[in-house]
Amino acid sequence: MMRLWKKAYVALIFLFLYAPIGVLIAQSFNASRYRGHWTGFTLQWYGELFQNEGILEALQNTITIGLSSAAVATLLGLVTCLALRGMGRRRRSVLMGVANIPLLNADIVTGISLMLLFLGLGLRLGYGTILMAHIVFNLPYVILCLMPQMLSLDRNCYDAARDLGATPLMAFRRVVLPELRPSLLAGFMLAFTMSADDFIITHFTKGAGIDTLPTEIYAELKLGIHPEMYALSTLVFVFVLVFAFLLFWNRKRMQIGQSAR
Amino acid sequence: MIKSAAMRHLFALPFLLWAALFIFVPLVFVGWYGLTGGDGQWSLANVGVLLQWEYARALELSILLALVSTLVCLLVSYPLCLILTERQRSHGALIFLLFILPMWMNSLLSTMAWQTILEKNGILNQFLRLLSLPDVTLINTPAAIVIGMIYNFLPYMVLPLYVSLSKINKNVIFAARDLGASSWQTFTRVILPLSLPGAISGITMVFIPSLTTFFISGLLGGNKVLLIGNIVEQEFTMAYDWHLGSGLSLVLMIFIIINMMLTAYFDRSEGQVKK
Amino acid sequence: MKKELIHLQGVSKSFDGHLVLDGLDLTIYENEFVTLLGPSGCGKTTTLRLIAGFEEPDTGVVLFDGQDITHVPPNRRQVNTVFQNYALFSHMDVSGNIAFGPKIHGKSRDYIKDKIRYALKLVNLDGYEHANIVDLSGGQQQRVAIARAIVNEPRVLLLDEPLSALDRKLRRSMQLELMKIKKELGITFVFVTHDQEEALSMSDTVVVMNQGYVQQIGTPESVYNEPENAFVADFIGDSNIVDGLMVHDKLVRIQGLDFDCVDVGFGNNRPVDVQIRPEDIELHKVREGALNGTVTKVIFEGMNYNITVRAGKIEWLVKSTRVYHTGDAVSLWVDPFNIQIMNKPESEDERAMEND
Repeated sequence: MMRLWKKAYVALIFLFLYAPIGVLIAQSFNASRYRGHWTGFTLQWYGELFQNEGILEALQNTITIGLSSAAVATLLGLVTCLALRGMGRRRRSVLMGVANIPLLNADIVTGISLMLLFLGLGLRLGYGTILMAHIVFNLPYVILCLMPQMLSLDRNCYDAARDLGATPLMAFRRVVLPELRPSLLAGFMLAFTMSADDFIITHFTKGAGIDTLPTEIYAELKLGIHPEMYALSTLVFVFVLVFAFLLFWNRKRMQIGQSAR
Repeated sequence: MIKSAAMRHLFALPFLLWAALFIFVPLVFVGWYGLTGGDGQWSLANVGVLLQWEYARALELSILLALVSTLVCLLVSYPLCLILTERQRSHGALIFLLFILPMWMNSLLSTMAWQTILEKNGILNQFLRLLSLPDVTLINTPAAIVIGMIYNFLPYMVLPLYVSLSKINKNVIFAARDLGASSWQTFTRVILPLSLPGAISGITMVFIPSLTTFFISGLLGGNKVLLIGNIVEQEFTMAYDWHLGSGLSLVLMIFIIINMMLTAYFDRSEGQVKK
Repeated sequence: MKKELIHLQGVSKSFDGHLVLDGLDLTIYENEFVTLLGPSGCGKTTTLRLIAGFEEPDTGVVLFDGQDITHVPPNRRQVNTVFQNYALFSHMDVSGNIAFGPKIHGKSRDYIKDKIRYALKLVNLDGYEHANIVDLSGGQQQRVAIARAIVNEPRVLLLDEPLSALDRKLRRSMQLELMKIKKELGITFVFVTHDQEEALSMSDTVVVMNQGYVQQIGTPESVYNEPENAFVADFIGDSNIVDGLMVHDKLVRIQGLDFDCVDVGFGNNRPVDVQIRPEDIELHKVREGALNGTVTKVIFEGMNYNITVRAGKIEWLVKSTRVYHTGDAVSLWVDPFNIQIMNKPESEDERAMEND
């Protein structure tokens, strides 16, 4: 009885989480341009997606900004974490607190404050300002991913490499960096995801004439969403779904392989 | 690894410069705009607008809706995470993954999909008609906004809560039962206090975006329900009164600072327990 | 003839204002098995790290084979280290770990392959070339750590509490194996431990350290049988350490009774510390004029009984194979040869040295 209740509870939350996604996926196959009216099945929007320059350009911006902001944030985060590791507890927690401000602050306030900064510096809002803003809010995510592993990293591993003949640079490149790779990767992926999904901060720092996918969607909301956007979102979601499951199965298989040995 | 203090400072330098330029200076800008008038003179008028009924009402409603959605997220997440942690590790992780995946759907689009579900002739009402039940009016009401908030921010509650619950050593729970606690007592006296840090970080991570959202209320509240986030957004993108927008942002920051202090406090007490 | 290999001269080192080593002088000879023994915080690991090159002394010099290596970085020293908790590179397999050093030194593939095979054979891990580090047991990881260090043909192998993470039985067998490896390689071993049994059973030379000072250097037998001060006596094995008065050569007064002993040169009527091992005390029937007492506690220990005897104000610890009961009246007797006389610390400084 208890088990049934639990299953029903989990299922209900699943329904809540996936209902809108189901609606969006259905929309991408809907012949009608208008949401809420089902007039028949079509693949038309998937075909037209690749001719819609506005959407493709927004997609390109999203990907390039996502990759480069994640890369810069990961690099900056790595250097910062290396410095934090060597610090005393007090100074470290103060600096971590500062680093976390963009994470704890409301997106709208971060967005506004950055917009005021960029305009105050006399910059023109555009690709560059979006990129900088994304690095700002990505950095705490990278530090969040990296810091635990940086702190638990056995200092002896570095010493062992030195002991075996490596120069400091070699020891860092061949031992420290590979040991940190899982969390560097996690930080990079999380940063990319956050960047690609961000609407609010981009909204305030983007200026006219440039859009990422979320701001493009926002602009379309008022006039009605192009159905191609549903098609694109469905594709992205399915891609992430497949990717996540591959990752999951792969990890599980490895675990089973390990315990079998 | 980095032994000399000079080297350590050199490595910290990029971050310190970065933080000064992109974290502190921008907040100074907000403060300056918020506390001056259009004529550049110091003034409290931008904060003082909260004495006007229209603004006070928006802030009050924002706080109320954020509190409700945070509370619902908390109440929904606890049983969910407890059920998930009961499962085998890999099994639980798979279900957990399924809970996180919806975050990859663009939040504007999925919020709009809720419009399709909740509207007058939407999917929900059509389903109710199929069962010969009366219609419900949700769209353009605060209830719809709360649903949108819960949908968007539930993962932020589930994530930290699941992590802190799964960290609890199972033997601690067995020990509580062994010492005579009922399952309810075990929950309130052992599991709840141990998972408090996760819950606190979940609460801040849901409350702040709920309090300051503007697109959820814009999409699901129509123009009938105005939240403080909507007003701020409009001051910047439509009315171009940056001073007023900044002043209201300053008010929002008071809540954020309270939140940060709360998190810091519980972080510290968690550290003390670990000792 | 013993040849000096490592020489630490007046080495001091402090961390955050806390003095860990104070004017340490230490000589390590070629092909010796030296153990640095002491409680945690005594400076033994710091001494090892100074030799390895991970730390530089605040003052003093480190000589290696007559050359000053005080400021030579670790990658340019002819020593290798086996770390506490092993510090294996978890992103590489077993042969990746072992090949790390030779690769950096630009050795050929064939050479490295041969070396890996030889090293794995030496540590009894043949066939484990491609095993994952995380899949290995603690004992196996230990062996990989040793193999990784010795493939570089160091002149000195430094071992930092390498056995502390292993269980008792495994530790015993690894001790034997380490001694075998040492024999095979014919190089100097510097071993750090807080386990006195380990130190006594493996080493040629034991260096007993406390609070940054060397307390005694000697063979395992000499530090056990002839401790130079109360700290060494107390730290190594169980001991009764009591106040005594050296009446004159070969006669010491303990608890008002005169005992014959064999020590000379402590002067007349001088207060001294007297050490007597519990296994050296014999229990006899109560007798007039002897040190008499009452049994207050008896604990069975497997090999023997641990018996506490209260005589006057002092509780004596006695090991005996015969059983006694609480309340038994007994008399204590010690062979003069087994009474060890030690100088009392004279200055404040010396007293501080001996505070545990």
